[in-house]
Amino acid sequence: MAEKVLMKGNEAIAEAAIKAGCRHYFGYPITPQTEIAAYMAKRMPKINGVFLQAESEISAINMVYGVAGTGYRVMTSSSSPGVSLKQEGISYIAGADLPALIVNVQRGGPGLGGIQPSQSDYFQATKGGGHGDYHLIVVAPASVQEMADLTILSFDLAEKYRVPAMLLADGTMGQMMEPVELPEVDYKPTEKDWTVTGTQMKRKHNIVNSLYLSPEELERTNFERFERYKQIEENEVRYESFMMDDAEYCVVAFGIASRVSKNAVIAARNMGIKVGMIRPITLWPFPVKPIAEAADKVKAFLSVELSMGQMIEDVKLASECKKPVYLCNRVGGMIPTPEQVLESIKKMAGGEN
Amino acid sequence: MEKMKRITIFSGHYGSGKTNLAVSYAQYQRKMGYDVSIADLDIVNPYFRTKDSEKILEENGIELISLPFANTSVDLPSLPSQAYGLFDRKDRQVIIDLGGDDRGALALGRFVPRLREENNFEFVFTVNFYRPLTTTVDEALEVFREIEYASKLKFTKIVNNSNIGGQTTAEDVLKTVKMCEELAEKTGVDYSFTSVEGRLFDEVSKKLGKEKVFPITLQEKLF
Repeated sequence: MAEKVLMKGNEAIAEAAIKAGCRHYFGYPITPQTEIAAYMAKRMPKINGVFLQAESEISAINMVYGVAGTGYRVMTSSSSPGVSLKQEGISYIAGADLPALIVNVQRGGPGLGGIQPSQSDYFQATKGGGHGDYHLIVVAPASVQEMADLTILSFDLAEKYRVPAMLLADGTMGQMMEPVELPEVDYKPTEKDWTVTGTQMKRKHNIVNSLYLSPEELERTNFERFERYKQIEENEVRYESFMMDDAEYCVVAFGIASRVSKNAVIAARNMGIKVGMIRPITLWPFPVKPIAEAADKVKAFLSVELSMGQMIEDVKLASECKKPVYLCNRVGGMIPTPEQVLESIKKMAGGEN
Repeated sequence: MEKMKRITIFSGHYGSGKTNLAVSYAQYQRKMGYDVSIADLDIVNPYFRTKDSEKILEENGIELISLPFANTSVDLPSLPSQAYGLFDRKDRQVIIDLGGDDRGALALGRFVPRLREENNFEFVFTVNFYRPLTTTVDEALEVFREIEYASKLKFTKIVNNSNIGGQTTAEDVLKTVKMCEELAEKTGVDYSFTSVEGRLFDEVSKKLGKEKVFPITLQEKLF
């Protein structure tokens, strides 16, 4: 009935994926993303789609690999330990140049860790994760609405560039409820010249594969792939700039950390501290240019993360260490409070961080 | 509102607002002078639970019975041992907050013989028509039946908790009343009241009548 619905972040991902034309979901339950699987289990049979609870994360990602080879939209979802298990399959998908969506609703680690929110899979998501030279397109939503919108974007970008995409959320984003408007997506599966869908004796058969025994050939596929990565870096960076126009200090934060930081930035502004925030929406490609530009204007950066300091390395690289970059963090399932971030901003502005 | 039963069990679709409703309803009964216990029997969701309201419950002298593991990161679907005592301590009012959907309602199964024996309970179906998978009467009916099947207990009341979070307007709420009445008609179970955030109480009760509206307080939001 309603245009607006009240959704959990996990449900928003699932429904948005369906809107985007995904009819194949393979997964294995793990807290705090199980609602995605539960939602798919209910919805997929009603729309002639496939929901399959695999016997493990490893088989789920290989089922994704299989469907991706046919060119149909396909996804899996998990949380940190489960995503680690999927890494081999993700590397194969990247090596075979296939589009797919992998959702990681992160929880505290390493190891089995905990079930509370975390952002400590940043390295794994943005620097490859599995073996070999490859990237995923990585998006980081900061609201339930963005959980939906970025799911749709991920499918589009993955298909456009033939690279797997990852939506990197965290337990809180997955569990929180907010009003959402689900956009209508006009998606029709298109004919692709690389899929394995049967030749009908009309064309040469296609091969989907990540094995190249000739080093020359393997080198060539790597070079070609990185040409596409270059295009992605040029065309697909997304970020939000908040109160940066006259900023003397710059907070960098994504996902749940950016929500907390925004409150802290507003509080600091009210105290007369000229601080702004850059929120990366794509973590790969990372918003290098806006941070490089900020580095010429601001006095210092503050990276706010639910990790021991992972994105901070990209902030340092992007700013070429022209200005100091400080860290404000909580880990293990803890979330920094706006007060903690404000304290760090005050210290940074006082030059004593 | 009509005469209260000793035990009130809130069930419904995942995220329909059971916990907020249960906490507010416990406070309401406490204000009427009863000794009140609230039991968190949510075995499904390890985030956002009754225990988040621990402080306000304690301040109001309401006994909270929750898993020793709630909010500790231990994802262990078990029931608190004190829950059994609630069926013997007949001098108190009891509010039970179940987990969502049929999976959450399974937790009630083992208490059903005691509930039937005492026969002094309301089993409340909470519905939010702005939640996906319960946006129509028929969808809500599907969840309604699934929960009855899993819990082995028939619902006795329906509560309309339709909202879209902090942005909810009175009009948003009023639009859903008819669907709730239709659900009541289809199931033969009474539609008891519509619950709204305190700020909407006056506006909504002007249209529906005070006895049909129940004001609730939302759990504190941290970010």
